[in-house]
Formats: sequence, C-alpha cells, structure tokens
Amino acid sequence: MMKTNNSPVLLWVLLAPAVIWLSMLIIFPHLEMLFLSLQTRAGPQAFHFSLKQYQTFIDEPLYWHTFLRTALMSLSATVITLVLTFPVAWYIAKIAAGRSKLFLMTVIVLPFWVSEMVRTLGWMILLRSNGVIPQVLYRLGLTDHPVDLLYSDGTVMLGLVYSSLLFMLIPLVNALETLDNSLVEAAYDLGGSRLNILRQILIPHAAPGIAAGCIMVFMLTLGNYLTPVLLGGKNSMWFTEQIYTQFITRFNWEQGAALAFILLGLSSCFVWLGLKLSGQSFDEVMRRS
Amino acid sequence: MIPSIRQSRFTQFIRSGYLMYFFIFLFLPLSIVAVFSFNDAPYPLPPWKGFTWDWFFANGAGERAGLFFDREILDSLINSSKVALGVTFFSVLVGTGNAFLLERFRFRGQQLLSQMMLIPLVIPGVILGISILSLMSKLAQFADDVFGWELDFLRPGLFLVALGQFSYIVAIATLTISARLKRLDMSLEEAAMNLGANKRAIFLTITLPYLKPAIWGAVLMSFLLSFENFNTTYMLAGSDAPLTVLMYGRMKEGATPVVNAISLMMMLLSGVIAMTLYFGGRKKT
Repeated sequence: MMKTNNSPVLLWVLLAPAVIWLSMLIIFPHLEMLFLSLQTRAGPQAFHFSLKQYQTFIDEPLYWHTFLRTALMSLSATVITLVLTFPVAWYIAKIAAGRSKLFLMTVIVLPFWVSEMVRTLGWMILLRSNGVIPQVLYRLGLTDHPVDLLYSDGTVMLGLVYSSLLFMLIPLVNALETLDNSLVEAAYDLGGSRLNILRQILIPHAAPGIAAGCIMVFMLTLGNYLTPVLLGGKNSMWFTEQIYTQFITRFNWEQGAALAFILLGLSSCFVWLGLKLSGQSFDEVMRRS
Repeated sequence: MIPSIRQSRFTQFIRSGYLMYFFIFLFLPLSIVAVFSFNDAPYPLPPWKGFTWDWFFANGAGERAGLFFDREILDSLINSSKVALGVTFFSVLVGTGNAFLLERFRFRGQQLLSQMMLIPLVIPGVILGISILSLMSKLAQFADDVFGWELDFLRPGLFLVALGQFSYIVAIATLTISARLKRLDMSLEEAAMNLGANKRAIFLTITLPYLKPAIWGAVLMSFLLSFENFNTTYMLAGSDAPLTVLMYGRMKEGATPVVNAISLMMMLLSGVIAMTLYFGGRKKT
C-alpha cells in the first residue's frame, strides 16, 4: 500500500508546518491568554496569580448583562434564522428540480461571497433616519416623520439573521434532500395532518442538519463584531465589543483575556451540546458546512 | 409539501410570495450599496441627485476624490493585497502539505491532529486575533528583555494581520484540498508505480494534476477570505490600515459614496471569484 510506503523524512517535512501552525498560532496563544486571565496587577510590572478577573466579571453588572444579552440575542437569532430558512430549504430540496435547484442555490450563495462590511453598509443606508426605508415610509404618509430604524435591538437582530441565513440553509438543504418522498406521501395518505408530518417526519429526519446549522449560526453570531457594532451603535452592548474595549482601548489585557475565555467557553459548550444532542461527530458537522 | 401531494392555489401563492420576499431580502442591501455609489451627492443616502462617476474617477482637484485618486484607499488596497497574497501562498502550500499528511500517511496521533486542524474554525475571529496578539507581544517583550532585540514585526501591523488570517484560512485550505485528495483512486497511482514510474513522476503526472482544481479553488477562496476579513484583522492591525479596517473607520464617521464605490468593486471581485469557483468546479466533476 502507498499509505505506509511514504518515507519518514517526508512525514516530518509535512508534519513540521502543521505542528508549528497549530502550536504557535492556536495552542500557545490560548495558553498565554489563559495565563493572562489568571493574573492581577499588584503594582507596576508586578503581577500575581488570582481569579480576580473572573470575579470582576461576576461583580460588574455591565459585563454579565452584556454577556447574557449577547447569548440570548444569539440564541434568538439562531431560532429566527432556522424558522425563516426552513421553508426555503424545503423548497430547494424537494420542490425545485434539477436546473432550477442549482440556479437557486447559486443565487442564494452569491451575496455571502461579498464582505460582511458591504452588506452591513447596505443595511445602514436602508435604515438610517435619512435612509431609504424611513424616507419611503414618510413619503407614503405611513409615518409622520422619518423614523430612525438604525441603532435598535431589532436592527441588530435583522443584521445577525441576515448574515446567518446561508450557514443554516446549506446544512438544512443537505439533510432534507435525503428524505424519501414516499414517507411523506404515506403519512399523508394515512391522514396525517401537515403539522404532524412536520413534527414526526421532517424535523426528526432533518435533525442533524438543524443541529449543524444551529451550531454554525450560534457560533458565528456570538463571535460577530461588525454587525452589532455598526447596526446597534452605542446601544449594541455586544460581548466581543467588551473584549475589544478591554484589550485595545483600555489596554487591560488581563480582564480582556478573562472575558475572551468566558465567551470561548460558552461557544464551545454550545458546540459540544449541539453535537451531543444530535449524536454527530465534530468532523461531520464541519465538513457539512 | 412535496410535488406529488396536491396543493391548493392559495398555498402555492403563499409559497411563491415567500420565496420572492426571501430573495428580495437577500439582495436588497447589496443593490442599494451599488446604486448609491453613483449618487451625485456627498452622502450615500436619498434623495437621488442624479448619476455620476465622481466617486470612482474624480481626481481630487475639486471637492471630490474618487476611489482611484484617494491616497488612503489606494494605500490600504496595497496593504490588503500584500497580506492576501502572503496568506494565500502559505495557506495553500501548508494546506496541500496537510492534505497529504492526513490522506497519505498513517501515524500515531493522526486522528487527533486532523481534529485539531478544525479547531481554528470554531474559535471566534476576535478571539483568534487577541490571543495571537497576546502571545506575539509576549515573545517580543521576551526578546527585548533577554537579548535586547527589537522585533517590531511582532507588534500590531501587517505581519500579525497575516499571521492571524493564516491561522484559520489554512484550515479551510486543508479541508478543501484533502476532500479532493480523498477521492483520488489510489489504484491509479499504484498502476503507475507498477509500470515503473518513480514517486516524483507519479506526483507530477497523476496526483498534482488531479488536485489542481481544488488547489485553485483554495487559492481563490483564501485570497477572498483574507481580503474581506475584518474581525481578526481589526485586532491585529497597526498603523497601516488594511482596506476593511479603513472602511470600518469611515463607515462609523458617516462616509461619502466612495465607500460604496469600493464596496461595488469588492462585490465584483467576489462575484468573479464565486463564478470561477462555481463554473470551474462544475466542469471538472
């Protein structure tokens, strides 16, 4: 077999870059951050070990409010994205055939090749008080003055859902495509109502796809920076923004590192939970998306 | 429901309506950005004041400087391109190596290594950025304290930006290339070997040509991902701003339609790359 026939020298040559990459850019940076987060400044250039940074997170309402808010909004964004994309995924997987399916998929993927920055700029132009939508509403006489739609929670949610659509859609389409039509027909012939078919056949069958999509969307939303900050303005209160402030603006790296670890913890827990609940392996999910 | 089950007119109507709105929703922000890059007004906002190419070509002699005459933008474009070229080259190189490592060797810890390679994809970009910032600052500090070396490239700047982007883009390149390598029928290589070809010849005449579409795919994807990255870049950028960091700054202040003009160019770039990947990918399989 070829597999065992390759020379050990080549193995080491290929192994070296991989190991350097993973250690120098992933493992050691995170260890350094862990180390930072467990330190407290005792005086100029003097630090000692303590859990104070984590204690501050608990004691300071601003931090854990922002954290909770970020988590809840990410969760809602995930659910809304799932509900919005499910019908579209169903249409693409089951109703559109051959060519039109390929066409639909291509068209849907297209906007997501464009930078998030550009898409956010579009929403800003649309929603700002002197932007397109408020002006149109005003001209039509639907509002008596141009309402500012920017800088509210609703706008942030809109932006988050918008940027997540694709990451939910693709795993859903993949999962639904494998569903045998005759199962749905049989259920229908036996008098199953639409709701029951959805609950007892579609959702269980699509479960791995739903899980994969939810994991991706939740993770990306939680770690998003651009959308909440630009669309939410000063009220955005997003956790990644707190991390940025601590690190870059206040230069309080110890606190920032602790916050980063808390975020990473939540994100990893969710990924782990999603995988456990749907009984999939990490590889499968990543390769799906 | 599926086509074989009869639907009422009403349901069909709702369905097509929903799909239509979904697509409008998808494309609305992008088309608005494109349209307002031609607005003859100092802000990319309504009302529409007529069509102009100023935001692309005005030479800066008057009040307006178009995208191609805006020093700051051109500099940031150069910065982004430098980073993107470096990141693309090394991501694809290391990614190809990783693909062989995972698909053509058997060694202890291989499973673990292959799982580790996916981890950068589940770490939020902001955290990737600051963790690399922490370690590199520590290293720079150490080099300064112990040896008295000034390792400026380890301070925020384009080199760190490139490292930060590389840390996860290489994972994507690895996935793309190893997915194709996995599908290569090994009996082809074995047949060539039985016919007396040496390993080098096999690699150059069979394996590499087979991998070519995936490698090109990885090149285009890496370039685009690097060029468009913001989260990691923002944490690591120093005084030379890459394009996305510059755009972010301007968008926060309330920008002129020049930002729309850049956005339109970026849309065209990503459109071309997406189409190449799509048609290129379809032809080969």
